[in-house]
Amino acid sequence: MTATEASATTTVGRVQLRKEDARLLTGQSRWTDNLAPPGSLHVAILRSPVAHARLARVDVSPALAQPGVVAAFTGADLADAWAAPMPSAWQVSDDMIVPPHYPVAIDEVRYVGDAVAVVVAEDRHAAADALEHVDVDYEPLPVVTDMDDALRDETLVHADAGTNRCYLYGYEAGEVDRVFDDAEVVVERRYIQQRLLPTAIEPRAVVAQPVPATGEVTLYSATQVPHFVRVFACLVTGMPEHNLRVIAPDVGGGFGSKLDFYAEEPLLLVLARRLGRPLRWAETRSENYLATIHGRDLVQNLAVAADRDGTVRGLRVDLTADMGAYLQLLTPSIPLLGRYMYPGIYRFEAHAFRCTGVFTNKTPTDAYRGAGRPEATFAIERLMDDLAAELGMDPLELRRRNWIPHEQFPYETIAGLTYDSGNYEAATDRALELLGYDDLRREQQQRRDDDDPVQLGIGVSTYTEMCGLAPSRWLGETGYAAGGWEAATVRVTPLGKAEVVTGTSPHGQGHVTTFSQIAADALGVPFEDVEVVHGDTGRVPWGLDTYGSRSLVVGGIAIHGACHRVVDKARTVAAHLLEAAEDDLEFVEGSFRVRGSPEASMSIQEVAFAAFGAHSLPDGVEPNLTADHVFDPDEFSFPHGTHLCAAEVDTQTGAVHLRSYVAVDDVGRVVNPQIVEGQVHGGIAQGVGQALFEEAVYDEDGNLVTGSLIDYHIPSAADLPHFTTDRTETPAPGNPLGVKGVGEAGTIASTPAVVNAVVDALRHLGVDDVPMPASPQNVWSAIRTAQGGGA
Amino acid sequence: MIPAAFDYVRVDSVEEAIGALAEHGDEAKILAGGHSLLPLMKLRFAMPEVLVDVGRVAALKGVSDAGDELVIGAMTTHHQVTRDPLVRDHCGVLADVAAVVGDAQVRHRGTIGGATAHGDAAGDLPATLLALEATMVAHGRSGLREIAAADFFVGHLTTALGDDEVLTEIRVPKLDADWAWHYEKFSRVAQAWAIVGSLALVRRSNGTIEQARVGLTHMDAVPVRASATEAALAGASAEAITAAAEQAAEATSPPEDLSATPEFRAHLARVLTRRALEAAAG
Repeated sequence: MTATEASATTTVGRVQLRKEDARLLTGQSRWTDNLAPPGSLHVAILRSPVAHARLARVDVSPALAQPGVVAAFTGADLADAWAAPMPSAWQVSDDMIVPPHYPVAIDEVRYVGDAVAVVVAEDRHAAADALEHVDVDYEPLPVVTDMDDALRDETLVHADAGTNRCYLYGYEAGEVDRVFDDAEVVVERRYIQQRLLPTAIEPRAVVAQPVPATGEVTLYSATQVPHFVRVFACLVTGMPEHNLRVIAPDVGGGFGSKLDFYAEEPLLLVLARRLGRPLRWAETRSENYLATIHGRDLVQNLAVAADRDGTVRGLRVDLTADMGAYLQLLTPSIPLLGRYMYPGIYRFEAHAFRCTGVFTNKTPTDAYRGAGRPEATFAIERLMDDLAAELGMDPLELRRRNWIPHEQFPYETIAGLTYDSGNYEAATDRALELLGYDDLRREQQQRRDDDDPVQLGIGVSTYTEMCGLAPSRWLGETGYAAGGWEAATVRVTPLGKAEVVTGTSPHGQGHVTTFSQIAADALGVPFEDVEVVHGDTGRVPWGLDTYGSRSLVVGGIAIHGACHRVVDKARTVAAHLLEAAEDDLEFVEGSFRVRGSPEASMSIQEVAFAAFGAHSLPDGVEPNLTADHVFDPDEFSFPHGTHLCAAEVDTQTGAVHLRSYVAVDDVGRVVNPQIVEGQVHGGIAQGVGQALFEEAVYDEDGNLVTGSLIDYHIPSAADLPHFTTDRTETPAPGNPLGVKGVGEAGTIASTPAVVNAVVDALRHLGVDDVPMPASPQNVWSAIRTAQGGGA
Repeated sequence: MIPAAFDYVRVDSVEEAIGALAEHGDEAKILAGGHSLLPLMKLRFAMPEVLVDVGRVAALKGVSDAGDELVIGAMTTHHQVTRDPLVRDHCGVLADVAAVVGDAQVRHRGTIGGATAHGDAAGDLPATLLALEATMVAHGRSGLREIAAADFFVGHLTTALGDDEVLTEIRVPKLDADWAWHYEKFSRVAQAWAIVGSLALVRRSNGTIEQARVGLTHMDAVPVRASATEAALAGASAEAITAAAEQAAEATSPPEDLSATPEFRAHLARVLTRRALEAAAG
């Protein structure tokens, strides 16, 4: 076990308070909905109140007559504005169906929330009021919300497709049938990944500011992916890229829900150009719940084959995944990103994976924190606990018997990925020590013996995940339209400050702080002297933005590489000016010194000014200290860890109380321990949300019943225990900083830890599963069913 | 989440408020703390044409001693009720329940009168006032009217208040030292409506339960009392609690929602009532 050691003069490995916070915490932030260009009009969107209908008539003229209304459009009015339909960027199989999808529905609506008409008015209230005056004849069509029903193809979401099956994806490795036929033990389980509402604290917002004379538009969007938005907005509208600048100002969380390209972005772009006025749109929370993507929504059928001694042999996974009514940017790929993680940290000799994507009359799903990996980790970690119970083994003993020992890395898994590094033993040992595992097991037994109404359970989750999306070659092989590199530019300004331009686009993670630390150390300049530029295609021409725990692991490495190119150039200039050979220079604490002549030195700031003046540069060396670097990783990185949860379950009320929670994560080398801890805390909370509280519920007519925060329960601090966190540190071998990424780890690990704890508390009562969320009703029903009382 | 247009009238006295209600009839709503009404308006479930803001009517704020009763002004916030020395000394149960209403923000803006006039069976205060046998005082054009809590809550989000009436005071009895109480609030997350709540008020005398009152939150369209449980405990010993609590859900019609089936609610009412009674009588 090692903690990151920082030397006296470096910042990497140390807590640096976030540069972002003074501004964010004192109301000086700049959210998209705070931007009000002079002369702005407000856009409101009429959303379908029915899940499936033909639009027999949409008449906006009564809305146009309302006070303050400037313009109103139907989907048909705008049909000729689109050069292409809304994009789906990941062709996951040859048979994948991509139904046509336009920013405003033209002749049919397919989910509650589908856009039907648009009103533009002088203020937000006038726009909202005018929506009630749009006349729409909805001719009802049959609705299908359940995936099994949908797969019968009796009711079609897209009649022209002829089927609700979006795709069928399969993968097989090893002799799966033989392993299962020969198995001493087979445990089969069906787990449900309920649909979730991402609930970023800032809903989405878009502002489009046109320059009518030139045709240029600046589009502000609360997005994780301004560079994606620029490309796709140009594809959908036919606008040339050089006329469009996309800016992601301060963005208040995303969790994947803002890793997308949404209808409102091309819509405001087109309308702003048409009307010649700046336009604003911001969704309310209720609108966010209908019009922003949802997460998860999978049915997971699994089977594990094992020997009696606990050695696991084979794993079968069969998923049905709810796409919703349309494919958003990455919808079909999300369950398949998880496909690599179903074997978890264990050594299987055979593995079969199948996933069926299904259309239903519901809001589209897409990436939500972890994007496929939490679902996979939940399934394998729940299954390992159930197998342990079947075998009468301690769940940790079963894991130890099967996980990849630390000396076997790099390790190629049965799912076809090569895990770079790890030390599951060390993380688990530390977690056990912090939790007091043995004492809790004794207390658990005592409560069982006493028939205590409050039972105790201990949940185990030993996870790994793939971070650092992604090697471009790998993305190409899987059918993804773009690459996975990241770009950086580093400049030392004439007066010696460092300007770091990154193609990643933060929305709460603290990139400015983390990247300042990397640049400060690499350039030898003070942390305070580093400025980080991001989230603006006008200032950051190249970038692939932020998702998949890639910003540090890919973007940070690009910055690190660009810094080293700057230092290399500075060394050449300094050697010239100091009249020394480059090899005789050492670069220490921001200064080039001639070895053996300590008085002969130049600081990097002095070199920068000299390079700016360019009065005396070596032949062939261009003025200024600046360098670009584009980093494309060869491999993913694989953080891992062990999370343990102790839960008290009140068997009389079904209430779950989390008593203690230990997270020992190995995210490779740590740049800023406080930021890592913040990511872990938030991630655990979000995973606990899925385990205990959150569920997007639709009724059979396709209405979202949990349409506001009154019914959709997200945990607050008062619902969560103290988190005991610690780290082990196994540097990533695949990048020079040894970093692995931490954005999703907590969410991936915590959901199975919590549900395993709940089930562990009740297993002696005959309960072997509790559906998520493990609400009092679901826990109570599970106990009643197990005891023969019926739910 | 964007309310329909409405007019706004701020009044300085109860008389002005009554006048504004008389002028606008059922198109007007009183705005107290706004923490129930404004969310409904943002969802456009409520679309009053006029809001009559009584936030600056000094006469509606604060607690006073009226002999056997405390008089609590309708615009007294939950936080003030929780901290008020008279309430704490003479009707501590109300202070304790007000302390678990909503969250800190709601408790600092929301008022006892607003929560009562809203009449939500899922709110914590209606069942408490019912068990306390409180009296609501309403002022309207035809003068003052006292309404017993048992007559006040008449249906889902519906009270006995007339369109032209302002709830001005809530009168609660002073409880002597023989009374003990406990409120079991059971909710999905820490800051949420109760799935079910059970308030036990117990008056003990010489080792027996002289009188027990049980108010149930969210067990029907209106707050209700567990009458069968109360009857079973009159004059009984603490040993009778378990059996009596089994009758807690009798004569209720628990609603079904995403958090609980009616069966589960009935079960919770029994468990929570037993726990509340044991805590109060223990």
